[in-house]
Amino acid sequence: MNTPLLDVRNVTMRFGGIVANRNVSFSVERGGVTALIGPNGAGKTTMFNCITGFYRASEGQILLDGPNGPQDIGTLITKPITGGSHLVTRAGIARTFQNIRLFKEMSVVENLLVAQHLVTANNLVSGVLRTPAFRRAEREAVDRAYHWLGEMNLTDDANRLAGELPYGRQRRLEIARAMCTGPKLICLDEPAAGLNPSETRELSEVIQRLCKEHGQTVLVIEHDMGLVMRISDHVVVLDHGEVISDGTPEHVGNDPAVIAAYLGVSEEEVEK
Amino acid sequence: MQTNRLLTLAKQALLTFTVSLILFAPISGLVLEGFSFRNELTRAVLLAALVAAGRVALSLVGMTAIGRKIAGKAASNGSGVTVMTGKEKSPALILGLIFLAGLSLPFFADKYFLGIAILALIYCLLGLGLNIVVGLAGLLDLGFVAFYAVGAYLLALGAQYLGLGFWSALIIAPFLAGLCGMVLAFPVLKMHGDYLAIVTLGFGEIIRLVLNNWLEFTGGPNGASVPPPTLFGLEFTRTAKQGGVPLHDYFGIAYSADYKFWFIYLVLFLVVCLVVYAVERLRVMPLGRMWEALREDEIACRSLGVNHVFTKLTAFMLGASTGGLAGVFFAVHQGFVNPTSFTFFESALILAIVVLGGLGSTVGVIAAALVLTILPELLRDFAEYRVLVFGVLMVVMMIWKPRGLVRVQRPAFFPSTAVKGAGTAPLSASPEAVR
Ligand SMILES: Nc1ncnc2c1ncn2[C@@H]1O[C@H](COP(=O)(O)OP(=O)(O)OP(=O)(O)O)[C@@H](O)[C@H]1O
Ligand SMILES: [Mg+2]
Repeated sequence: MNTPLLDVRNVTMRFGGIVANRNVSFSVERGGVTALIGPNGAGKTTMFNCITGFYRASEGQILLDGPNGPQDIGTLITKPITGGSHLVTRAGIARTFQNIRLFKEMSVVENLLVAQHLVTANNLVSGVLRTPAFRRAEREAVDRAYHWLGEMNLTDDANRLAGELPYGRQRRLEIARAMCTGPKLICLDEPAAGLNPSETRELSEVIQRLCKEHGQTVLVIEHDMGLVMRISDHVVVLDHGEVISDGTPEHVGNDPAVIAAYLGVSEEEVEK
Repeated sequence: MQTNRLLTLAKQALLTFTVSLILFAPISGLVLEGFSFRNELTRAVLLAALVAAGRVALSLVGMTAIGRKIAGKAASNGSGVTVMTGKEKSPALILGLIFLAGLSLPFFADKYFLGIAILALIYCLLGLGLNIVVGLAGLLDLGFVAFYAVGAYLLALGAQYLGLGFWSALIIAPFLAGLCGMVLAFPVLKMHGDYLAIVTLGFGEIIRLVLNNWLEFTGGPNGASVPPPTLFGLEFTRTAKQGGVPLHDYFGIAYSADYKFWFIYLVLFLVVCLVVYAVERLRVMPLGRMWEALREDEIACRSLGVNHVFTKLTAFMLGASTGGLAGVFFAVHQGFVNPTSFTFFESALILAIVVLGGLGSTVGVIAAALVLTILPELLRDFAEYRVLVFGVLMVVMMIWKPRGLVRVQRPAFFPSTAVKGAGTAPLSASPEAVR
């Protein structure tokens, strides 16, 4: 039971001459919130892209614990013919994006239904003939979609176009959509970016509820330190592609290296 | 104030006049005569003056209250996509009436009109097929006519070499065309937008050139003849040629060449209805939703576990299958196929149908297919200007209704029972997608 859900081991990611991540190692424990922080361009999103299978890490391993023991993300992506990032999602890692990527011209419910395409009966003939099995699967998918809409306080917007929603709701819809894939680990890339304080508070409640009530493991990138300190159990700090600190929020918040590279000193301390 | 307006009007008129003069002078001002040409500049000036006058008239109308109202209405149709409320009346009655009207058409229409109707339905089928690829999956395919050709030549060559009949071709064509779609799709699936368009364009030309140049097998430019259709061994010719019994002999009625067209029309009509039903179902099925999601955002799709390669492949194959079906009907209707029927212009026409109709809208595509095939027939007298009218229509459409004739409507979904945490959800009894 002590194996972490996700284990990142010595991952290096290069784009030609640029090294976006150098020898990064950290782990994500089950059922908690792990935060990945660091200054702009530190390589956080790149790390996410490696974890979620959009990039193949140049070196190192990313292991996701599953029923058959740890599984390397890299082998899923490079599988011949059928391989690709979609297999990573199927293995249990869902994500949201730094720039919202919703299906803007589809309704909110449809966005969530697309996420459930694996559980709905995906058979041409049964769908065209509307067999009972197909209808049951669709009904369950719609109900699950409404369940997550309820969790994210979006039920009223169910039958609107996703692109019409206000920004804050689009952010939550993206989380709901990721949750509809039934992930073991959900990766949120700057979920509070562009939100006002009250929306941010609502978001932190949503994330905490995911952990407490659903036992969901969350990995989050965030620049809002207030939010990070409030919700996370474990913080990893990246700077220039390298891990400079790793531990509890208190430990990281007082780490001189982190203060120098990212947090800075508060005004009172400067005046002293 | 008044003089100000007049001044802008005059400026507009002058500008329009100059631009149209530049356009018209070489097109209609110079007339070729053997190896030299004649100057007809007055004609160009007249045309340009006409255009300028039209522009001024438009502006004047735009200044009146009524004109402003119309302009406001035309401009206000925003994004072009709406979600249904779930309270719409079921269109079953209207659909039933249209179905019956369609079935009874042969009993009213004369042979000429029936021919147009068959052609219109063939284009419906082509439009529906391409709509899957371009409208739903968002893959720009400029070589769709290739699959149409595959269907048509399957019947022609299949009859010649393998003794295939209309019915067996009708069943094999979707599969063969789908297979061709798959062959094409494999190398191009990693491409996007423009690159995809170019490759499919090339594919369309390859098929046409093969058909044109492989003399021994396809008959080349001379084409190949297609046997008339049969119905349970009954033939539609005056005397039996395929070892069956002529229809009129069997029923003891007088021979009429129309029966064949009646038969083709009815089968085609039923096939179109089936395809429409299937496409409408697809839009509320996981596969159709994945296509549309892929059109909206491929990266987001991958993050949701959608196998984008496989999904695009299915779109290509199903679209191609529909094109193949249309090809069989085209061949049997013409009784003869040759490569000139499958040029790029045909692909462009089908694409125009899809774009005019509104990408992704089934009703729009059908409407556009009917308009674009029936209109040219009505405009027979202006046959020379058909392409011009066509172009003007496209430009006008793109300005006033860039999203196509018919707005796309998204289905509404409601939960089957009270779902936990759903406070104010409208709890409809119907769990199904309301369409
Ligand atoms: N596809 C790519 N090709 C080349 N360089 C890239 C690519 N993606 C990221 N980089 C580089 O890698 C570095 C890390 O970028 P990344 O987007 O991971 O930063 P980040 O930590 O997410 O920053 P932010 O907080 O602004 O989102 C940057 O210098 C960026 O220019
Ligand atoms: Mg980033």
